[in-house]
Amino acid sequence: MIRQCAIIFGCLAIGELIVMITGIKLPSSIIGMLLLTIMLKIGWIKVDWVKGFSDFLLNNLAFFFVPAGVSLMFYFNLIKASFWPIVVSASISTVVVLVVTGWVHQLMRKRQSNETVS
Amino acid sequence: MKQFLESEVFALSFTLLIYFLAQQLQNKLKLILLNPILVSSAIIIIFLLVFNINYPIYHEHVRLIEFFLKPAVVAMGVPLYQQLERIKKQTFIVLVCQFAGCISGILSVIVLAKLMGASKEIIISLAPKSVTVPIAMEVSKMTGGIPALTVAVVFIVGIFGAVFGYTILKIARVTNPISQSLAMGTAAHGIGTSRSMSISSNYGVYSSLGLILNGIFTSALTPFILKLLEHWL
Repeated sequence: MIRQCAIIFGCLAIGELIVMITGIKLPSSIIGMLLLTIMLKIGWIKVDWVKGFSDFLLNNLAFFFVPAGVSLMFYFNLIKASFWPIVVSASISTVVVLVVTGWVHQLMRKRQSNETVS
Repeated sequence: MKQFLESEVFALSFTLLIYFLAQQLQNKLKLILLNPILVSSAIIIIFLLVFNINYPIYHEHVRLIEFFLKPAVVAMGVPLYQQLERIKKQTFIVLVCQFAGCISGILSVIVLAKLMGASKEIIISLAPKSVTVPIAMEVSKMTGGIPALTVAVVFIVGIFGAVFGYTILKIARVTNPISQSLAMGTAAHGIGTSRSMSISSNYGVYSSLGLILNGIFTSALTPFILKLLEHWL
């Protein structure tokens, strides 16, 4: 368990360090995630070494954002004032993302399978 | 009594207990709208108001809970690695459709919100609305949005996507199951992914890949797109 925590927090720490040194506009946690993926890929880290802790974090992800949910109490007025722009633009944009992602993937897949046939 | 209600141990155990009960409720009734986070946040807000406990005090005490959001994002590296190994040959296609989905999502929500008269602060908070909460919050913080508002919008999007997603995809003639489940994860993050999970674990795998990749793309592209459109907002 200690090794599991050390690896995940270590990746996060290196991510923070990279952000501090380079000033890159990317969250440290994303850099940490990419580092972990790369180290798994080149085999420096085995999945078993982190699996327990990463499963714990991901299975309980929703619980960790309860405090953020509670902080919403300060923004009721703001949300009420812009309720429709927020809900309508977010919903329509979600339809756009669904359709664009689905279409692009489906089209490219068809093209790829046609190429392999011919 | 008040001293007890404002203690750290109470704040932590109360939050855990309420969340646990909300989870049980969800397991029993299986209604998407009774999301455990929505239910437990609402109960805690009412509790804080009724007992007149200052939010900063509560927040200070539950920082330990929020702290785990960052390592949780790092932990997504494990499923990302495992799923990239699975889809090897399709990696390029998946990356292209993720890129297209990400850009169209950020641009469309910015333009629509602006046309409907939303303020700059709200538009910035809306930009990362398609991705999972911990990443969306980071992006919102980084670009000068209101993280709490972003969380609320991410929820609206997730529930909308989980309820209508597969129907919308069918109407748009996206019939390939892989395309469908990727799109669900890309557009509706964790809530969409658990909807896919309820169909089959295979659908769930592709949705979670969409969720993670869109998280990476969105955190890289949002600051850039907002900068480009800065004068228009």
